[in-house]
Amino acid sequence: MNASRRSADKMRLDRRAAVARFLRRRSNELVITGLGSPSFDVAAAGDSPLNFYLWGAMGAAAMAGLGLALAQPKRRVLVITGDGEMLMALGSLATIGCEKPDNLSIVVLDNERYGETGMQPSHSGRGTDLAAVAQAAGFPKTYTIWTENEIDDLAKQVFTSRGLVFATIKVSADPGPVCLPPRDGAYLRSRFREALLGPDAHT
Amino acid sequence: MAPIWPRQIFRDLKAAGVRQVAYVPDAGHRELIRLCQSDPGIHAVSLTTEEEGIAMLAGAWLGGDRGVLLMQSSGVGNCINMLSLNQECRIPLLTLITMRGEWGEFNPWQVPMGQSTAAVLQLAGARVYRADAVAEIAETVRAAAKLAFDSSCIVAVLIGQRVIGTKDFTK
Repeated sequence: MNASRRSADKMRLDRRAAVARFLRRRSNELVITGLGSPSFDVAAAGDSPLNFYLWGAMGAAAMAGLGLALAQPKRRVLVITGDGEMLMALGSLATIGCEKPDNLSIVVLDNERYGETGMQPSHSGRGTDLAAVAQAAGFPKTYTIWTENEIDDLAKQVFTSRGLVFATIKVSADPGPVCLPPRDGAYLRSRFREALLGPDAHT
Repeated sequence: MAPIWPRQIFRDLKAAGVRQVAYVPDAGHRELIRLCQSDPGIHAVSLTTEEEGIAMLAGAWLGGDRGVLLMQSSGVGNCINMLSLNQECRIPLLTLITMRGEWGEFNPWQVPMGQSTAAVLQLAGARVYRADAVAEIAETVRAAAKLAFDSSCIVAVLIGQRVIGTKDFTK
């Protein structure tokens, strides 16, 4: 990857298209999204009761994914979050790297910016290599993704085999059109549990 | 000799169906952590910071598992924004907190958080129970677990420093 391609934002993947392309292979996987644009991107790709959108609690996404993955070892769990949200919880990568659940994938949509607050540059564009952090924390499979073909490879990996995966998808700063999922937390948790657990959701 | 109350708590947590235990290592919870680590029916997860446990147990509950978060009073301040997840989503949380900074504390750095622990938790939406005698601990934890899981509440049990004993740095 040459330096000019790295730096040219307009050459980057469109985040909406990237997420939609990645999730094409999804069937019944459980998805937790980090606050801000990743929640909107996943909603734009298709709402589902098995999507749990975080609208706050910044730094929660990866660890919520761990608890869900441990509770549901036969289901695949995807965490889809942003670089700022992941940066707030780098310690959680150490915790997850120790536990190594084989049904958890963390995908960071990395625009190298704090998109909700004025597009201030984030650490991931200023030297912090998130995939390298995850690798150093013990994640056996880590990827930094720049192209559609690499997204297809990642989707194949995530949706057809087991293993703990961390991937950063480098995306453009363009947030895409507004697409807001439901934001009532009690509704989101109840519909998620009912879809996953059936009548046991109410015991 | 290990105190008896951690074993009582462990038995009651098992009876309440707890399957995930998140903790930041703490001397007051040492025996309970050891019991949880040695139980094949429990995922005992060591955290780098306490708020990781709030998020982890929210995910666990979404997936049908009950959990408990073990920490020291100094960790409560790390959790406050994360508790908005439990408040907004009405996700239960049971946390057992060993107190520092109160009864006969030697280390002044523990005092500020120890003195504000209960108030801070209440402001963040928690129901706060206290146990200051060994005989109160088990029944308090049982009641807290019921309230948390049956009524989808954030419930904290503070285990007083008077019960745990004061750390003596000179020994």
